[in-house]
This record gives sequence, structure tokens and C-alpha cells, in this order.
Amino acid sequence: MIVSRTDLAVLKPFRVGAAEPWRFSVWHGVALLLALIVAIGIGEAQAQVVAGKPGIIATMIKWTPLLLQGFALNIAMSFLAMAIGTVVGVPLGLAQISLLPPIRGSSWFVTQFFRNSPWLVLLFYCMLLLPFEVRIGDTIVPLPGWLKSTIGLSLPVMANVSELVRGAVRSIPYTQWEAAESLAMTRRQTLWMIILPQCVKRMTPPWMNLYAILTVATPLTSVVGVSEAMTLTGDILSSEGRTELLVPMYLYLLLFFFLYCYPIARATIALEKRFQVR
Amino acid sequence: MVWTADQPIVRLKDVHKSFNALTVLKGISLDVMKGEVICIIGPSGSGKSTLLRCVNALVPINSGSITVEGQEVNDPKLDKLALRRKVGMVFQQYNLFPHKTALENVMMAPIHVLKRDRKEVEAQALALIKKVRLEGKEHVYPGELSGGQQQRIAIARSLAMNPDVMLFDEVTAALDPETVKGVLVAIRELAEDGMTCMIVTHEMGFAREIANQVYFTDGGLLVEHGPPKEFFANPRDPRTKQFLDQIL
Repeated sequence: MIVSRTDLAVLKPFRVGAAEPWRFSVWHGVALLLALIVAIGIGEAQAQVVAGKPGIIATMIKWTPLLLQGFALNIAMSFLAMAIGTVVGVPLGLAQISLLPPIRGSSWFVTQFFRNSPWLVLLFYCMLLLPFEVRIGDTIVPLPGWLKSTIGLSLPVMANVSELVRGAVRSIPYTQWEAAESLAMTRRQTLWMIILPQCVKRMTPPWMNLYAILTVATPLTSVVGVSEAMTLTGDILSSEGRTELLVPMYLYLLLFFFLYCYPIARATIALEKRFQVR
Repeated sequence: MVWTADQPIVRLKDVHKSFNALTVLKGISLDVMKGEVICIIGPSGSGKSTLLRCVNALVPINSGSITVEGQEVNDPKLDKLALRRKVGMVFQQYNLFPHKTALENVMMAPIHVLKRDRKEVEAQALALIKKVRLEGKEHVYPGELSGGQQQRIAIARSLAMNPDVMLFDEVTAALDPETVKGVLVAIRELAEDGMTCMIVTHEMGFAREIANQVYFTDGGLLVEHGPPKEFFANPRDPRTKQFLDQIL
């Protein structure tokens, strides 16, 4: 077998960008998960020092049902806020490409206003400005805090969805409009049958991304007193009154969010890859 | 005024068009009779494509007059959709709808714009796809077709609207050489069937073979025109001569 044809030093061809780019893989997620579990384990070991108290893991298991209840509220709020934000945001985004300047201008303003406001500020505004109940006809509909803050969260979602729609429509080549126009299609037909169906594919990954961001933002509502997982963790800690629980408990909460959001992030990446091919 | 078939089906009179400071058309006049095939040639940037786009009102003109079957195109009250039902257009980049199959691309406009019966449209669409020799590709998406095949589907898509005039805007310019022929054959068959065609092209051989009249544009003006034999054999204007020398 010939290893080399010469004894002289040979300069091998230099390939630009030959190094593999760092990619987010399943293993990074697993590593993160392991780190979390190890951290909780260390906390458990340290807790052994405290005599006469139940272990940290035992305490965690004891409170898990309550935490899950709170977490269910986080998920419910994220679902609802996403639904409201999308249902309102899509028409708002379409208004941004309207041919009528007043509609285009005002929808642009609304979008920019809510997109560039801190989520927490919007939450406070909704908590303070929305009434605690509304009267529709003869029935009185109560507006509990969690619902008000869900509306608060849906505002930035709406603005972001609006921008997603506008951006996706703009990203479709102008020639598609031209082709539809030359086939005597109306603007509305072109939009609904040609442009928007092509947008859905482009919008899905960033839309899922937005959902994941929204979900991890739901603990913000603890600041305005909603009894979701974050608030409950605080309550649990104060009722236990043990400082060594602090770090493991919040890590435990983090794990909930991680386990829920990480698959979404993976799916988003997978979808992006698949859509790139076409 | 009622249009009759002995009058030009498309008539341009002193058409001017500018995009901001850039004047593209500086007074173009030409007549196309029903069933006639005209080819427009000229250097790039001479306004050929703009001229075609003006005919189906994709581009509004600044002054002058364009009539299609007697109907004025340069009219704010123009029913653009009615005009575009009469005038089909095929683009350089095919512009098929990528999320629809070949058959759906062809069927879309007749069903939704002309509100025709789906069954009837499907039969016509299948026949058109057969006519452009793409049988078996009906349920394939544009992304899986070659450029030439896509362009032939684009021709079928325009024909499905039963237009009276067809506009071809450099339809072979973006194609691989080996796929050009199929497209040109499709256009030639169309011309032989009596379709009125306005063709912007760089394929001189094709223009010579198919056209009733060849027009040469340069700098936004029609420099000269004539029947292809005469035009290619004895160009009168020095600019035409120079252009043909460069190309042929």
C-alpha cells in the first residue's frame, strides 16, 4: 500500500470553511438535562447535612402535583395568548399590506407600538386597565387575573404575528403577483389563493419559535399575582422555610419549562431544514 | 366604436412610458392584425418587455393610446380584469405557482376567474397539457419540472383562459439550450392554429421562421420593421445592421 508518493513535505489543499459549523443537536439538549439533574442531586446530597428533615427529592415529589397544576395554567395561558395573538395578528399583518394608506399606516403603528413595548409593562397595563368583570347583554363575565394577563401577553404576540405575516408576504417574489394579475385574478384572489398559501410554510417555523418564547415568558404573570407555577414555587418555598430548597426548587421548575419547550425548538429546526430544501 | 376583425386587434399609437427619470418608450406605434405573429427584437434595455407589459396593463403608460379589440387600455376606468381575460402572457421566469401541481396551475384561473365548470375545465386543461407534450406530468409540482417543461405548463396555463392575444416575454431566455426547442415548438403550433402572438425574443432563427412581421426596437423607439425575409436579408437602418451583425 502506498501511503505517499513522495518523501517531501506536501502542502495539502486548504479548504475554506471545511470545519463543521457548530450545530444545535439533540445531544446538547440531553447534556443540559443531565446538568440539571446533577445539580438537583448535589442539592440533595448537601441537604443530608440537615438532620431531622425530609430530603430535597422527597420534598419535590410532595409538591409536584401542585407545581403541575400551576404549570398547566402556564400552558393554558400560552395556548390562549397564542390563539388570540394569531387570530388578531394575521388580519393586522394583512392590513399592513393594504393598498389604503390610512389602514396601512394605522396597522403599522399598532404593530410597532406593541412589538416594541416591554411585555411586563403591557401586562401591568392590562391588569390595571381591564375591568374585573364585563357585562355582555344580561350576563356578567368575570375577568380573573390570569385571563387579564393572558390578554396582556397576547398583545406582543399579536404584533409579532403581524410582522411575520407582513414579512412573509413581502418575501414572496413579485413575479407571483404579476403572474396572477396577468391571469385576471383579483388582488383578493391572488392574496388568498397564491400568496398566503405560500406564506404558511414560511411562517410556521418562526411562529412556533414565537410560541416557545411566549411559553417561557408566562412566568412574568407571577409579578402581577397570577397563581401559575412560578408563584406557586415561591409559595412552596416560603411555606417550607428552608433556604437549601431554593436552588433545587427553581431548577425543578426550569426543568418543567425545558421539557416542554425543547421539543418545540427541535421541531422548529427540523421544519426549517425541510422547508429549505424546496 | 365596435371592433371588427378587419381592424387591428392590438394597436399602439405614440406610446410613451417612463419610470421616474428613465424614459423607456419614446413613442411606439404598431398594429397587429388578428392571427398575425409579430416578433420584437432589439438590445436589452430597449423597452421590449415594457412594451408587452403595457399591452395587458401590467404597466400603466404615460401618454399615447393602446387598444385591444378596440378597447382603450390607457383609460383610468379600464376594466383591467376584462382586458387580461383577452390577453394571455407568458414570462421569462415562467412564474408558475409552486404550491400547485401542473394541472392545478392550468385550471386555477378558468375556475376562479371565469367561474367555469370544474369538469369542463379539467378536460380542457388535460388537453392543453397534452398539446404541450407534457402528458404524465399533470400531478407534478413545478419544482420537479425542468425549466422548459415549466415554461410549457405556463403556456398551457395562459391558453386555458382562451385568450385572443398571447404575449411572450423572452420565454426561452432563462432556459437550458436543450429545452428551448420544446417551448418554441409549442409556440409555433399555437401560431399555426391562428393565435395572435406578440413575441419578444432573442431567437433570431425562430423569429425568421415564425413571424409575419419583425420589429426592431432600440432606445425606446421602433427603428424598423418588415417581413422577416426582407428584414433579415436587407436591414435598412444602420442600428439594425449593427445589432444583427453582433448576433448572427
